[in-house]
Amino acid sequence: MLSNIGNILIIIVIAISISIIYFSLISLKDKNNFISTKIITLSLYQTTFSITCFFSLIIGFVISDFSLTTVYQNSHSLKPLFYKISGTWGNHEGSLLLWINVLVIFSYLFLIYNKKSKKNYRLYTLIVQNILILGFLFFLFINSNPFSLIIPNPKEGLGLNPILQDPALAIHPPLLYIGFVGSSIYFSAAVASLITKYNDKFFALSIKPWILISWSFQTLGIIIGSIWAYYELGWGGFWFWDPVENSSLMPWFVMTALMHSIIVLQKRNALYYWVIILCLMTFILSVTGTFLVRSGILNSVHTFANDPSRGLYILIFLSLMIFGALTVFFINYKNDNYVFAANSKETFILVNNWFMAFYLATVLIGTTYPIFTEVLSNIQISVGPPFYNLVILPIVIPFLILMALGPKAKWIKNKFKNLYFFSIVLIVSVIINILITYFFRSYSILSNLIIISSVFLILYSMIDLLKFFKKNTFLDLPRVISHLGFGFLVFFIGINHNFSIEKDFNLKEGEKKKFENYIIHFKSLETQKEKNYQSIIGNFNITNVDNFNEEILKPEIRIYKNPDTLTYEASIKTKLDYDLYLTMSNISRSELYNIKFQKKPFMIWIWFSALLISIGGFLRFYKYEN
Amino acid sequence: MLKKKIKNRILFLILILSISVLSIFFILKTLNNNILYFRTPSEININEKIKIGKHMRVGGMVKKNSISADNNEIKFIITDFNNEIIVTYNGAIPNLFSEEKGVIAEGVLKDRKYFIADKILAKHDENYMPPELKDILKKDAK
Repeated sequence: MLSNIGNILIIIVIAISISIIYFSLISLKDKNNFISTKIITLSLYQTTFSITCFFSLIIGFVISDFSLTTVYQNSHSLKPLFYKISGTWGNHEGSLLLWINVLVIFSYLFLIYNKKSKKNYRLYTLIVQNILILGFLFFLFINSNPFSLIIPNPKEGLGLNPILQDPALAIHPPLLYIGFVGSSIYFSAAVASLITKYNDKFFALSIKPWILISWSFQTLGIIIGSIWAYYELGWGGFWFWDPVENSSLMPWFVMTALMHSIIVLQKRNALYYWVIILCLMTFILSVTGTFLVRSGILNSVHTFANDPSRGLYILIFLSLMIFGALTVFFINYKNDNYVFAANSKETFILVNNWFMAFYLATVLIGTTYPIFTEVLSNIQISVGPPFYNLVILPIVIPFLILMALGPKAKWIKNKFKNLYFFSIVLIVSVIINILITYFFRSYSILSNLIIISSVFLILYSMIDLLKFFKKNTFLDLPRVISHLGFGFLVFFIGINHNFSIEKDFNLKEGEKKKFENYIIHFKSLETQKEKNYQSIIGNFNITNVDNFNEEILKPEIRIYKNPDTLTYEASIKTKLDYDLYLTMSNISRSELYNIKFQKKPFMIWIWFSALLISIGGFLRFYKYEN
Repeated sequence: MLKKKIKNRILFLILILSISVLSIFFILKTLNNNILYFRTPSEININEKIKIGKHMRVGGMVKKNSISADNNEIKFIITDFNNEIIVTYNGAIPNLFSEEKGVIAEGVLKDRKYFIADKILAKHDENYMPPELKDILKKDAK
């Protein structure tokens, strides 16, 4: 029943997309300067039907209709309702439907919110966007249909991987998709702008809010994913340079570059072709990331159920997309000359773009290199965190300094008047760093430099913030918030990295372990029954010898029935200045339990500063809209 | 005036080019030093080129009845059904680590029969098998 409804809805959406393209092509020749209500209505229907289609899949999950293959493979009737719903996008087919929904919704919103732009530009954007929509719809319908039936009708589903049954992971994909897929709209707009030669300030203004909104959501999505990895994967880290993480980070770099250079196009009417390239690249990288993850080409610790035939389709689609976009680009490319003074805001923004390009190149090479070696020489390798740390960290130092100075530069021609001020702030940051090393613990030269430069950025941004309050003008507030957030992020990560305590050992029930200034007492074990799992809970007392501060931590081992899986739940005590982190795992044929204890300073501040970055983006969007 | 402009531009171009060449060189150089090769116990046993003391990944199955533990470390044997290697490990073990299941250990080779791991890879679902291991099983089936 649901299967039929779903399939019919998909076909309707396909039909509407084709007719939108058809009517748009016809109406391109019209002389008048407004888009006929027919197209707008069609677009509205398209949105309504595709949302309905998504909801019918959600209903399938909620009522546990196991005649649908997707529901059968990823759900179970005993699962809590919340995870039944989030299970909808916790699998390939459902998440692809979500992907299409974002494409369609953005297409409609762009159409109705850009009334001021030229008609043909809007129409071409709509056409390109609908070609993308069609591409993914066919993929969904033919290769990954969430409404495909399973015969005979199974009584019970296989269940959702327990590790995905988590609130953070329920909201993580939608957030990330708004970022990832939201970038499609400026891909389409860029192609449209090339065709219609709509290449001035107004083009910049028409796509800017979409860049801001997708960037902010992408940032938020990455943060949520990172928080999830922190408490769920049980390693106490929050970033592993894993291919899946990298593929969410790569579009983010380009988006960040785009967000900055679009200002140059808007204010100085320059860098048009560069902006176009960035627009095209963002969505291309998003799809590439999806291709790498879904096709199973990359060996990742995160797994998605993967299937080579999916990879092939995405690869073909991706190549067509790149080829098409580049063809349009080179047909319409004209050599445009502009000379920027070496010391000007324009140059600073370009410098930001270089840094982003460098980070992108690093991550791209690191992520794809294993594929090439495997194909070319059949040697299996992996590229680990040391590579990224060695390449990226030193480059962060000048980046932070320039990030503080750049926004102060003037357009066209800038002069450094405040060399005095610069030196004072620099000296203060050095002093702060020396105080930290003096009172706590010394660390490597690289760490010293990173802490100094991040403190430098923090101080610069703080001073800006103070000035705003004095003058009572808050025009540049979003930028300061994001930059300040980034400064804090680097600072806290630096501190966290250098002051973390980590200890692994094995204990029996009742035993104690002493190290540094901690005593860990494994008091007892208890079991508990929950709705869809059983858990073994360890009671641990952690005593700090210095101040006799005692904490109780209770890590768990959960045994899920559907599917049969174990998960280890870390027990985390979060405080303002540090997190205590404890995981426990069983060892086969042994009474010993494997314990991992960590003390991680300022974890909550890392999340908070990352959030600041994204809040800045939302704030700019909000201000822009008013 | 014009000449100066052109000269500046050429200088600028050279600067950019050399910076990008340098940075790509830097990236590739670091990459080369930080690659982890994936090996099987048989490769380690046979291939003389694999140097002792190198950081690498070893993959295979955890041998039946091979896991043992004391207060500080865990010991187990990775096998590819032809050769095996003893692994000691001090750290957190992932939730799907158990006997007769696939495993990848990352660490340092002490000698051809002995490996000290500093990381054991976690896998998210029970159906998941790293592509390397699939290859091993396929080879074994032949």
